[in-house]
Amino acid sequence: MNFRLGASIAVLGLALSGQQALSADNLNVVCSNEQDWCDLMVNAFEGKTGIDVAMVRKSTGETLAQIRAEANNPKVDVWWGGTGDPHLIAAAEDLTQPSGVDTSELLGWAVNMAEITGGKTVGVHAGALGIAYNADVIAEKGLAPPACWKDLADPAYKGEIQVANPNSSGTAYTELATFVQLFGEDEAFRLLAEIGKNVNQYTKSGSAPSKAAARGETTISIGFMHDMVKLAKAGFPLKIVSPCEGTGYEVGGVSIIKGAKNVDAAKRWVDFVLSAEAQSRGPEVGTYNVPSNSRATVAPESPDLASIKLIDYDFATYGASDTRKRLLSRWDKEVKPTGN
Amino acid sequence: MRRTTGLWLIVGFFGYCLLPWYMVGDGFLSFSWLSEFGAGDTAPAAFLATAQGRPWLAPAGLSLLATIPIVLANGASTRRAWALIAIAGTGLVMTMLQGFMIQHFPDFPFIAPFLSGAAQMQPGFGAGAAVTLIALLFMITTGVAYLGKGRADAFVVGLIGLIVALVGVFVFFPLSQVLVRAFELPDGSYALTEFVPRFFSSDIWSLKCLVGSGSCGPAVNSVLLATMTGTGTTLLGLAFALVFTRTFFPAKRLLRVLTVIPIITPPFVIGLALILLFGRSGAVTELVADLFGAEKTRWIYGFWGIYLAQMLSFTPIAFLVLIGVVEGVSPSMEEASQTLNADRWQTFRDVSLPLMRPGLANSFLLGFIESLADFGNPLVLGGNYNVLSTEIYFAIVGAVADPAKAAILAIALLSLTLGAFAIQRRWVGGKSYTTVTGKADSGQHADLSPAVKAACYGTALPWAVFTAIVYGMIIFGSFVKLWGYDNSFTLDHYIRAFSVDFTNGIRWTGVAWDSYFTTLSISTIAAPLTALVGLSTAYLLVRQNFAGKNAFEFGTMLSFAIPGTVIGVSYIMAFNVPPIELTGTGIILIIVFVFRNMPVGVRGGIAAMSQIDRSLDEASITLGANSFTTVRRVIAPLLGPAMLAALTYSFVRAITSVSAVIFLVSAQHNMATSFIVGRVENGEFGLAIAYSTVLIITMLSAILLLQLAIGRRRLRRRDRLQSPAPVRSRLPSLLPAGRTK
Repeated sequence: MNFRLGASIAVLGLALSGQQALSADNLNVVCSNEQDWCDLMVNAFEGKTGIDVAMVRKSTGETLAQIRAEANNPKVDVWWGGTGDPHLIAAAEDLTQPSGVDTSELLGWAVNMAEITGGKTVGVHAGALGIAYNADVIAEKGLAPPACWKDLADPAYKGEIQVANPNSSGTAYTELATFVQLFGEDEAFRLLAEIGKNVNQYTKSGSAPSKAAARGETTISIGFMHDMVKLAKAGFPLKIVSPCEGTGYEVGGVSIIKGAKNVDAAKRWVDFVLSAEAQSRGPEVGTYNVPSNSRATVAPESPDLASIKLIDYDFATYGASDTRKRLLSRWDKEVKPTGN
Repeated sequence: MRRTTGLWLIVGFFGYCLLPWYMVGDGFLSFSWLSEFGAGDTAPAAFLATAQGRPWLAPAGLSLLATIPIVLANGASTRRAWALIAIAGTGLVMTMLQGFMIQHFPDFPFIAPFLSGAAQMQPGFGAGAAVTLIALLFMITTGVAYLGKGRADAFVVGLIGLIVALVGVFVFFPLSQVLVRAFELPDGSYALTEFVPRFFSSDIWSLKCLVGSGSCGPAVNSVLLATMTGTGTTLLGLAFALVFTRTFFPAKRLLRVLTVIPIITPPFVIGLALILLFGRSGAVTELVADLFGAEKTRWIYGFWGIYLAQMLSFTPIAFLVLIGVVEGVSPSMEEASQTLNADRWQTFRDVSLPLMRPGLANSFLLGFIESLADFGNPLVLGGNYNVLSTEIYFAIVGAVADPAKAAILAIALLSLTLGAFAIQRRWVGGKSYTTVTGKADSGQHADLSPAVKAACYGTALPWAVFTAIVYGMIIFGSFVKLWGYDNSFTLDHYIRAFSVDFTNGIRWTGVAWDSYFTTLSISTIAAPLTALVGLSTAYLLVRQNFAGKNAFEFGTMLSFAIPGTVIGVSYIMAFNVPPIELTGTGIILIIVFVFRNMPVGVRGGIAAMSQIDRSLDEASITLGANSFTTVRRVIAPLLGPAMLAALTYSFVRAITSVSAVIFLVSAQHNMATSFIVGRVENGEFGLAIAYSTVLIITMLSAILLLQLAIGRRRLRRRDRLQSPAPVRSRLPSLLPAGRTK
């Protein structure tokens, strides 16, 4: 009787226990890029090195939460892609280790990322912040398209702008930090509060506003340009604006987890994703962010960083946790309450 | 006692001497440990403790040896029972303790001398350890039963012991890892001082929206929403249940499918469909704007959007709980009422409805808790309406991770659940709702009064039509290029997801196959286990009395009340290191599903079982059956609908849940939902919806199969309805009701 119950549970327990493969030529990758881009790179890497890659795709926030929780016995070897912020946090919390790879071919912003983290994370791609608007809706409402950040404060846009909440979204935090660097802190918060009057929703996720703009659920969105390019390529009437005052950008990273079981394979992975050969393949699967290897070919659709007025984004200052806390609490007090 | 203990002794020795004690690297089922039997880390504990010099594994074996004389001794005495409990208990505690101590406190003075370098890297418990520990556990419970506890019934005590142990290890242990963070100070130490002001802060409990000056705290928002959802789903579920059981509605089958479909919809899909219908550029919005010149607004983003989505998502749960209960109400009672000259409305109000109370209460509780823990709908449709579940998620994965805040919010959420639970208990109270008595029970269910019938039809049918439209949209979305924008027909999404190449044998080339197969196998294993654990718990709660029953009941509800995100993180924190190292395996997914979905089995089981008269059990016991046989032959057959509900629900939830799973999926075990969420994040709606459609069809077929397999329980010789023009012909009841075979 209860023997049967117990036994069946025990048997099932046995049947499923442990199927982890941790032998020498293995690599556990968490990929925070788009699924197709992840799959392509895994296949290319396996073909090139013969190392067996087990890859799972998770967003950066989820990955960071997971490697924090797993810190005492990491199951992941290398974490590739996604916005750089969580990679910087992981480096600051000592959750990752220096990879010691050759960065000589990389562009300045990618090397900079490695320098401020002591080599724990290296820049793999960059994406600039921009404004997008739905051309159909803006025509229907008879509004003028925005060209600058300051235009967004125009009362004509009341209830038309959507942007993420910097407390939950790295994209929105990049925007907040960009404003502070462009306009100075006090002026930035004054402007953000003005724009706040036009904001219809502070979304949780950073890519949500542009998706809403694509479908006409909002008229104007703020977000990363490569996400917008993707939606426009899919066929939505989304127009992308590079703000006239200049704009900030994010650098996506690749990091080896501290205590990784397959460090050598992980280093080869980092080398691989930083190579010109691998980075040039992004457009095959619709990845339009800017590669960090100076010799990699760039897709014509990619936002051309040279033509965008990029600010000299200070990752060391604005990635630091005390700056972050201060700016966010000020945002909560001065900007959030003005939203609808 | 001797027989049962002997049996478990053999099982214990089998686990201790023959199975690999630790987890095997390439999986137990690879049987690689057989080829090198007794060597290295794959050896059974008996070898490890002796030949390999790991004496800390000896207590389990020694306690097994020590129980041999007790088993061999003739007869049984209280003293022997105590000895059995003490010996097996020592073995169990020592074994658990060594696992945790070696992992977490290797420098502890009593341990350090035994450990030599390499031994500190002790792998996690494997098959051998699991079997040995279970055997020891059952030896303890057998001893306890012999002491006269639990009516001296080894089955009942064993079941209680097993469930307490499982809930302890897989619910309390992981949750404590997260919740203790609520008391953490910024410098890493722990104190109550910070907790109290943070917990009662107006950021969480603000009531400003009620007085019209700003927005409420997320806890208040959550309560408002959950109360509305709980009430709404219960009423709607009741309307559907009444239409099914008390009317001659012609298209019941179609209706049944429509009531079940929302429960089997992967997350985000309902939200997306609602946006495409009612969003600012949605189809309905455009239509209304064109017809009446109404302004296009964003009303769907906020309370009403979430409410609508939750009503769609959770009404089926209410329906599943209520249909069994409504069926179970005895027609004799209703007939008695009518004989006493009550009209149909009075009969419904004063007899049928009060008898359905446990069902109504449980269905409200489920709706309430589901709404509190729901994460996908508020994320998509929440607008600026903040609820606890999304706040908790972003406190864990947001740009500013704040585990203390997440834990505090989780405690707020738990206290809300606890409150609802207490109120529900008071309302149901200690009355008797028994109607399935085993006595001859014939007769006809009273027809519904015209008003009630009109109300049922008036709510259920429009809702069914609405559901049909939403799902029509979804299926449509999977066949068009760009849902909601470019509506030209395409099969591309299906081809990308589910293409198969037959050139060299069958090759599953579609991108979705991997996660599809994993999802199906994991949920197929999890569903029966969930139903088993859930209904067993319900049986204990309704039929048995034991100390600490209320705490036990609440413990089983805990995992359900906590948002998946918290569960997911707590499982990583608890089960990432030995002695219980499960991360990266398929087992952790199965376990998380079993313990997360078990409460539905428990609630449904309680509702159904409170209708079944105890005299049925007593009759069975009097006739010489033990309680296991009684459960198997008498109670289980009467629990058909509850079992079906539990199986269906757990199967479906294992396929559709997101938040708990997202942290636990690994490369080898990726789940469909995590795949779909990734695609939605990436803007590939077509693919995501095509995959969802295939999942919906898969689940629907599985549910229909289950219904066929379990079949209908027969409470009476015929379930008859009073026909609108009463025909008074009644057959004398020849057979007792219940199972008439």
